[in-house]
Amino acid sequence: MEEAPLFPGESIKVIAKDVMYICPFMGAVSGTLTVTDYRLYIKSIERDPPFVLDVPLGVISRVEKIGAQSHGDNSFGIEIVCKPLFAFSYKEKFPINGWKVYDPMAEYKRQGLPNESWKISRINSTFELCDTYPAILVVPTSVKDDDLSKVAAFRTKGRVPVLSWIHPESQATITRCSQPLIGPNDKHCKEDEKYLQTIMDANAQSHKLIIFDARQNSVADANKVKGGGYENESSYPNVELFFLEIHNIHVMRESLRKLKEIVYPTIDEARWLSNIDSTHWLDYIRMLLAGAVRIADKIESGKTSVVVHCSDGWDRTAQLTSLAMLMLDSYYRTIKGFETLIEKEWISFGHRFAMRVGHGDDDHAGADRSPIFLQFIDCVWQMTRQFPAAFEFNELFLVTILDHLYSCLFGTFLFNCEQERVKEEISTKTVSLWSYVNSQLDEFTNPFYVNYEHHVLYPVASLNHLELWVNYYVRWNPRMRPQMPIHQNLKELLAIRAELQKKLEELQREAATRSISSSSDRGSSPSHSATPVHTSV
Amino acid sequence: MVLAPLARSLEIHIKEPAGKEVNPYLLPGELLLCEASTVFKYVQEDGSNRGTYGKLVCTNFKVAFLGYESASDDNEPQFKNKVIGENDITLHCIDQIYGVYDEKKKCLYGQLKKYPEKLIIYSKDFRVFHFCLRCTKEEEVKRIVSGIVHHSQTPKLLKRLFLFSYASAAPNSPDAKNRTVMFDTFKDWHEELERTKGNVKYEVVSVNEGYRVSEKFGVGLAIMVLPFSKCLHFPKNRMTALYKCPNSWMDNSAHFWDTDVKWFSLLESTNWLEIIRRCLKKAIEVVEQLERQTTNVLLIEENASDLCCVISSLVQVMMDSYCRTKFGFQSLIQKEWVIGGHSFLDRSNHLRKSDKEEAPVFLLFLDCVWQLVQQYPPAFEFTETYLTVLSDSLYIPIFSTFFFNSQHQKDTIMSGESHNAQSSPLRLLTVWDWSVQFEPKAQALLNNPLYSEKPKPDKSQRKTTRFKHHRQLSLPLTQTKSSPKRGFFREETDHLIKNILGKRISKLINSSEELHSNFREFYDSWHCKPVDFHGLLLPHIEGPEIKVWTQRYLRWIPEAQLLGGGTVAITTKFLDVMEEVQKLQKQMDEEHSQTAAEDADAVPTLRNSARLSSLFPFALLQRHSLKPVLPTSTWKDLEDEEDLAKRDDEFVDLSGAD
Repeated sequence: MEEAPLFPGESIKVIAKDVMYICPFMGAVSGTLTVTDYRLYIKSIERDPPFVLDVPLGVISRVEKIGAQSHGDNSFGIEIVCKPLFAFSYKEKFPINGWKVYDPMAEYKRQGLPNESWKISRINSTFELCDTYPAILVVPTSVKDDDLSKVAAFRTKGRVPVLSWIHPESQATITRCSQPLIGPNDKHCKEDEKYLQTIMDANAQSHKLIIFDARQNSVADANKVKGGGYENESSYPNVELFFLEIHNIHVMRESLRKLKEIVYPTIDEARWLSNIDSTHWLDYIRMLLAGAVRIADKIESGKTSVVVHCSDGWDRTAQLTSLAMLMLDSYYRTIKGFETLIEKEWISFGHRFAMRVGHGDDDHAGADRSPIFLQFIDCVWQMTRQFPAAFEFNELFLVTILDHLYSCLFGTFLFNCEQERVKEEISTKTVSLWSYVNSQLDEFTNPFYVNYEHHVLYPVASLNHLELWVNYYVRWNPRMRPQMPIHQNLKELLAIRAELQKKLEELQREAATRSISSSSDRGSSPSHSATPVHTSV
Repeated sequence: MVLAPLARSLEIHIKEPAGKEVNPYLLPGELLLCEASTVFKYVQEDGSNRGTYGKLVCTNFKVAFLGYESASDDNEPQFKNKVIGENDITLHCIDQIYGVYDEKKKCLYGQLKKYPEKLIIYSKDFRVFHFCLRCTKEEEVKRIVSGIVHHSQTPKLLKRLFLFSYASAAPNSPDAKNRTVMFDTFKDWHEELERTKGNVKYEVVSVNEGYRVSEKFGVGLAIMVLPFSKCLHFPKNRMTALYKCPNSWMDNSAHFWDTDVKWFSLLESTNWLEIIRRCLKKAIEVVEQLERQTTNVLLIEENASDLCCVISSLVQVMMDSYCRTKFGFQSLIQKEWVIGGHSFLDRSNHLRKSDKEEAPVFLLFLDCVWQLVQQYPPAFEFTETYLTVLSDSLYIPIFSTFFFNSQHQKDTIMSGESHNAQSSPLRLLTVWDWSVQFEPKAQALLNNPLYSEKPKPDKSQRKTTRFKHHRQLSLPLTQTKSSPKRGFFREETDHLIKNILGKRISKLINSSEELHSNFREFYDSWHCKPVDFHGLLLPHIEGPEIKVWTQRYLRWIPEAQLLGGGTVAITTKFLDVMEEVQKLQKQMDEEHSQTAAEDADAVPTLRNSARLSSLFPFALLQRHSLKPVLPTSTWKDLEDEEDLAKRDDEFVDLSGAD
């Protein structure tokens, strides 16, 4: 049996026998190649256990012809037509509907919104104000719709400042937007200036508003020449602007390319560290984490509201706001909370997944592709490494998210914005990744999780504390197997605990019925029997 | 380096609190040599100097700072060393002393002509102490600075070691029951052979009685203890240059962030992790020979007491789970290092005779073991904290363990000393008596709660392997050409890289070398199987798996700690669940026996893991706030990507919008 197992809805396109696969580890393996509308599958029964290579087509970033051109007969090319929108044919049923995980109204309600300063606005319900924003937005109560339209005209792609998160006590907020269209002639927009003033006033604790421009100062200056730019502190009183000096999508793409080079096909063990250094991948991770820590610190210790933007406000801005929220709000460190965070800050606010990942397009070296979301997940992984007990989810959860970012099996990461997703009826025609994840939570739960409630988690943005995510980037290498022996030990221990708890409850129930039926001379026992076992923090 | 100026006028405000004389705590045999008052001990934080005034003293054992304001007692660290306080540095632990003259740093040694305004002491355990002497009387400055420099930096006679003054003054307490095998008697060797039986016909021999054969080894003999024996030869001056971890000494937080941007390159340039990897690899090769080829292995090194010790001990840690228990590990160090004749005295340069002989070979071994400990936490009875304090003990001259080059040297000097004293023989302490350094509560932190104890073995199954033939496996250090200073291992590693790794592409194809392919096969097949924590244990040695021993090297750096993070968070959770299980078990028993439940113990000891530092238990430098640490370093230049950086992120065609 060398045929591929199929998902419901998946169909076989080609089967070829005696195909040779050259494995960087085991050498050449010969077997049967099956291509379906979802995957490329090679199975060889030459080996024991049989060798299997199973790759969703969506993860293939490029296909190359191997063999010298002069020897036409020896060269062997594979042509793969990517039809990655398999998600529309995928018919697997899950007991839980992941499309219900994120409800913006419920999430804003959880944050205590609306309140006297912030309202839930439906001005964008037809995506007219901003076609890359979600239908539901949170804006200052006092702002009129007319003014909002004027602000939209003054911000790149109409991405006006809207609330991402509000501190439950200090009312300091994180708002996100795109760059203002200041331009070379220092244009003003009264409505925009007033709007930021209103955001500042909504937080009585501080008389300042901090703007974090994620870009490099020099790049922001260059954008100004082209009509974009950044808030001028003289026309925005009480505003302080900082540049976080984070590089753009092209730099990140290049960095990942270099990273792939040093981990594949082999690792140069002796030069491992300097090779990592030369990719700058961890430097960029460090910059992002440092930027997010600064944002979180302004909110938490400075009690000051923060505005975050870059150029368009859908790449670096999404990275920074979601990381800061992860540090500030322990809810986002649970599985459901993290799903909400991704749905909210990334998917609904228009991170251009289709473009950045390159779903369904064949421009492999596309300048719009960039591992922005991967970089965010890497930052999250770094945080889970630094705080192994602070997150409800485990490493597999993060790896699974990334796998399905490319697999196109689920509709979650398809398309660029909410408007497109509504049009394509994604929630009725595809399955959500969260349906799959939430139907088997055990798999994705971190046994060491302790809810650090109300505990702001500041990662240390130092290279000392960052490391390459080997279990993701180098996992194809069989020598790099994840090894967490104490995970297993703890799982066993937790099982023993659950068992004991169950037995004890039974015994106590028996005892309680006994004592009730006889007489209640021991007054203390009923209250005692209800003592639940808490995990201490 | 910019130093914030300290107002001279401070002198007026800082008075020694009358009637509250601060006096150093002195050990038996410890003598106060000199002292200076109104010394300002400070740390640089956010560009300013923060610290306290106090007295700086130098004894024949340590340099100590005694603050005038006693530290608040509620901050008393849980993990306190009884011998060495937070502000103590033993003379042997001092690495370098710098003076600051007009904001310039100069290394201090020998006779001083001019006395500095500030004194910076770098210790071998990577602490850095800053003292400002501007408010101190000139006479006292002279005395204390020259005193510290003299007593810590000038050559010493072996019999002048504090060890002897301590031993003659300390009360002769009876030997604490210690299960560590010392290997200084024939009986110990017999028992060891008995324990490792089945391994051919090794015998305890007495040929070295009176050190007739070798002064290097102990009296009981190093004859084939495990299935390998040692043969001697390997150039002496090879192990000499001292390697340091790049981030080892941090003057201040700015320094930390400055080095942080180059961290990986700095780390690689020290070669330290690569050396560790090579040692582990070599040890696995030896294991492969022993396990699979059933070949006896002869380790050859000129003095047989550096890499031989490292490799032979590592092999035993990997093969023999007894060596992964606390007493087993201690016995192993006794056997392979102390009795095995590792030149602790020279390698640590305790006598300040020659820094050419100085090399952190023992630390290298401990770091290799640490790699195993962090890869397989349940396999070891001890914690990384244990390894850290063991490495610290190298510089505490009240234990004899690490202060001799060989047992012969110790015996010689001891017989000389007792002739002089004409009294009861001196009894030197061993480091394995941990109660000398730590209270029971602190000692508990040396034991690994995650250790899965060995199920009682079925002895009858023990296989008796016959070893077919001997095979000589030379350690890499066999060239005779001596390497330049700071080239510790470098030549050898270069050699190995060339021979074994080759070019990137050629690595796809396995090396034809028989040894290499055997090794790979052995290594890969072992790693394919589930780990038996009580069986053979092979470390992962791929580049990414070899890590920096943060606790050992970075524990004094406040920036390096994570509140609520690190592996301590995992351990805490584990302990909590364990405690709950025990509690439940108890409740079950009570339910069964129908006794009234006592609520007294109901509240478990509340460990607030959200507040514990990742550097626990060493986070002595309490951070003053819960504010995050933010990088202060400037961004590294990325010239090669400048073109990309200038490109637009998005297609921003805004010119028409004007």
